[in-house]
Amino acid sequence: MSSEAMAAERPNYLNATTGLKSWLLTLDHKRIGILYLLGVSAFFVLGGIFAMLIRLELVTPAGDLVQPDAYNRLFTSHGVLMVFFFLIPAIPGVLGNFLIPIMIGTKDLAFPRLNLLSWYLFMAGGTMALGGIIAGGVDTGWTFYTPYSSTYTMTAVIPVGLGVFVNGFSGILTGLNFMVTIHRMRAPGMTWFRLPLFVWSHYATSLIQVLGTPVLAITLVLLVFERAFHIGVFDPTRGGDPVFFQHLFWFYSHPAVYIMILPSMAVISELIAAFARKRIFGYHAVAFASIGIAVLGFLVWGHHMFVSGQSVYAGTAFSLLTMLVAIPSAIKVFNWSFTLYQGSVSFQTPMLYALGFIGLFMIGGLTGVFLGTLGFDVHVHDTYFVVAHFHYVMVGGTIMGYLGGLHYWWPKITGKLYPEFWGKISALLVFVGFNLTFFPQFLLGYMGMPRRYHAYPEEWQVLNVLSSAGASILGLGFVLPVLYFAWSLKKGPLAGRNPWGARGLEWETDSPPPTLNFDEPPVMNHEVYPYADGEPGSTSGMKPASAH
Amino acid sequence: MNFKIPFVPEQASTMARDVDQLTFFLVGMAVFFTVLIAVMVLYFALRYRRRAADQVGSSFDHSTLLEVTWTVIPLLIVLFTFGWGAKVYFRLYRPPADAVQYYVTGKQWMWKAQHPTGQREINELHVPVGQPTRLLMTSEDVIHSFFVPAFRTKADVVPGRYTSLWFTPTKPGRYHLFCTEYCGAEHSRMIGWVTVQEPEEHQRWLASVPVQTAPAVAGGELYARLACGNCHREEPGLAGPPLHGLFGREVELADGRTVRADEQYLRESILRPGAKVVAGYQPVMPSYQSQVTEENVLALIDYIKSLEGVAR
Ligand code: HEC
Ligand SMILES: [Cu+2]
Ligand SMILES: [Cu+2]
Repeated sequence: MSSEAMAAERPNYLNATTGLKSWLLTLDHKRIGILYLLGVSAFFVLGGIFAMLIRLELVTPAGDLVQPDAYNRLFTSHGVLMVFFFLIPAIPGVLGNFLIPIMIGTKDLAFPRLNLLSWYLFMAGGTMALGGIIAGGVDTGWTFYTPYSSTYTMTAVIPVGLGVFVNGFSGILTGLNFMVTIHRMRAPGMTWFRLPLFVWSHYATSLIQVLGTPVLAITLVLLVFERAFHIGVFDPTRGGDPVFFQHLFWFYSHPAVYIMILPSMAVISELIAAFARKRIFGYHAVAFASIGIAVLGFLVWGHHMFVSGQSVYAGTAFSLLTMLVAIPSAIKVFNWSFTLYQGSVSFQTPMLYALGFIGLFMIGGLTGVFLGTLGFDVHVHDTYFVVAHFHYVMVGGTIMGYLGGLHYWWPKITGKLYPEFWGKISALLVFVGFNLTFFPQFLLGYMGMPRRYHAYPEEWQVLNVLSSAGASILGLGFVLPVLYFAWSLKKGPLAGRNPWGARGLEWETDSPPPTLNFDEPPVMNHEVYPYADGEPGSTSGMKPASAH
Repeated sequence: MNFKIPFVPEQASTMARDVDQLTFFLVGMAVFFTVLIAVMVLYFALRYRRRAADQVGSSFDHSTLLEVTWTVIPLLIVLFTFGWGAKVYFRLYRPPADAVQYYVTGKQWMWKAQHPTGQREINELHVPVGQPTRLLMTSEDVIHSFFVPAFRTKADVVPGRYTSLWFTPTKPGRYHLFCTEYCGAEHSRMIGWVTVQEPEEHQRWLASVPVQTAPAVAGGELYARLACGNCHREEPGLAGPPLHGLFGREVELADGRTVRADEQYLRESILRPGAKVVAGYQPVMPSYQSQVTEENVLALIDYIKSLEGVAR
């Protein structure tokens, strides 16, 4: 205890300098991670409030709480904020920024100034989008389909579109920064196959950010030009093609799903290794599966257009490619599950999130196979089945990983422990609330309830009420961590360097780490995840589980 | 099947059963994998739970045999799923040759339908049971989507082009019709009913509706009013090619391509004649974009389709 108390008094990245300016102009990747934490949390709260209003409206079949115009603005704002300003930046921005340099044993990202610029672009984009949402509102759905968005709606498409555009550059620059850092700044001995899987998955994410986001930028510029100057690319009365927009949009936005899920998979690999105290089963397969997902993800955008009148042959090709993406995802799930075999499994909060992730991601992924199946998709396309599916992947996947990671690295980030009991309660509430919210939506979708409906036939009320009830539980599950994390900052016990008995360079430095991350530049002289006894690097007298 | 399966909408078309069978297979597959993983994870997690604070896991961390197994088996399963799905998809979008054609126009926020015999309906469509029915659809403004859950089919309705879907109703009744592509303020009110009737009842219904001119006849009147005949007649020699017997034929274009004269092509020829110029003719035909509505275009097309004649 006394050594821990001493550690807390040592200079670290939090107390090295003080004052607002020292934060707003910081070049420290860890502080920038904290800035992202504040930013994405704010957008998450707003997006969450919109979601609660949506669920409240849908408690009754009649559209009685808000007017249709307001409802359309609600689900659009919910989607835009959650996708572009929470799900995409959350894990890379907060955890990726904080951890990648430490995990590879260096003192910062390759371009610290660029990193700060990324955060400012993110905030600027978010502010613009929010400004548009507050000033005029936008009612196109987060997908901005033309010609509704380009010619018909009277709402603030341009400011919101430009906000998303600016934010895109934040993602591109972060991706570039991560890639260069991972290539150039690994500690001596940190070979590619000694990288934690967290780093591999972030590398794959960065690849998509750098290659995909420019297409989104082009798409949004075309949309803005179409709206402002009527250039006619998407306008059928001028010989344009509105469906062309969908191709462009999904060329980015399908891979964007992997921008959201790969970082979460990154976290899950770390959690499972740490709480099973075992090397991830099939390390190489899991690493290459990330890259496989990133590459294949670029070839499947047409599965969003199976009913848009595209040729049946194009549909067939896109369906086949979509099926193939299921394989690397399945490989990951099997490998994670098998890591538990002969492990030393403990059930602390982060592990509960990780196990919950496996369950939810599996349902999300399997229903993805459903939707990739042509004959099935025609019936459920643009119904609540799709809404349920992508919430399983994006909320069940990304948010479970994000929260699990936040709990796991909270002691490292802040130097304090959060209360385990409340952590477990929150993990449980999130899991139960999530399933109650979204499982009924699969059923509603199959029964035919279209998405983005403000009112619906009475026979669907029971399932909608269940869904809304689930949303309240889910909301509670999200509020709890805010409370106990805040509490832990003031009153939480000191964490010490390695409260979990985990392996990895981040656990070999102080909590919170010093500004330069390590007192001495580390050298990686053993394999990654050295848990099993007798492996080099497996210190501190832990024993293998051979006893039972 | 007489009992009602919960959460499965009424099966009221020939395709509904096919789609549901595919669904049952998918659900079965999903349940199998979910149970497999859940049992595996829970069993391993409890069996190998940590019993002492300093306990670590074993060094068993890869097995080529296992990894190949769980790559290949899912691959085979998804390929099979793909094949089955594609088969159903082709049937869903390939109308039978004898399908009777109706016209549907979507506009913010209503569905307009026209029968081949001229009757018009709004947010309603009456069809006889057992009749293969094809809808040729377009939109006057934004993208909409025509969806009848009981028939398990839908298709987007896109401005500037024709899309189509078909169904053969199997059961009399009233079935929900929804717009499933978000189209603005009243999207959730762009709904209606498809009413499937016994043939005799349908005949009575048809007779009870004030008959309007059938689309082909209305098209003929338009054709005369817009003086298309100044350039297009049955006999060649005028400024434009004869339109008799044109529908369904291959047309040679001035730039060397050939296209099939389907509805999409006819539509484009009327609205943007310069886009595809027929070989051997000057591009002198004016665009009728500003003079005709979507319904007019459909009527003209129906009229041109009715012009039988010698192939050029
Ligand atoms: C000034 C003469 C003129 C008038 C009036 C005119 N067309 Fe044409 N049309 C042409 C010419 C010339 C072509 C062939 C060149 C081309 O494809 O543009 C043509 C081509 C077409 C074609 C394609 C024929 C093919 O063989 O592929 C269709 C269909 C057509 N016109 C329909 C109409 C209709 C319907 C109207 C009345 C609303 C109309 N046209 C009025 C001159 C005319
Ligand atoms: Cu997709
Ligand atoms: Cu609509």
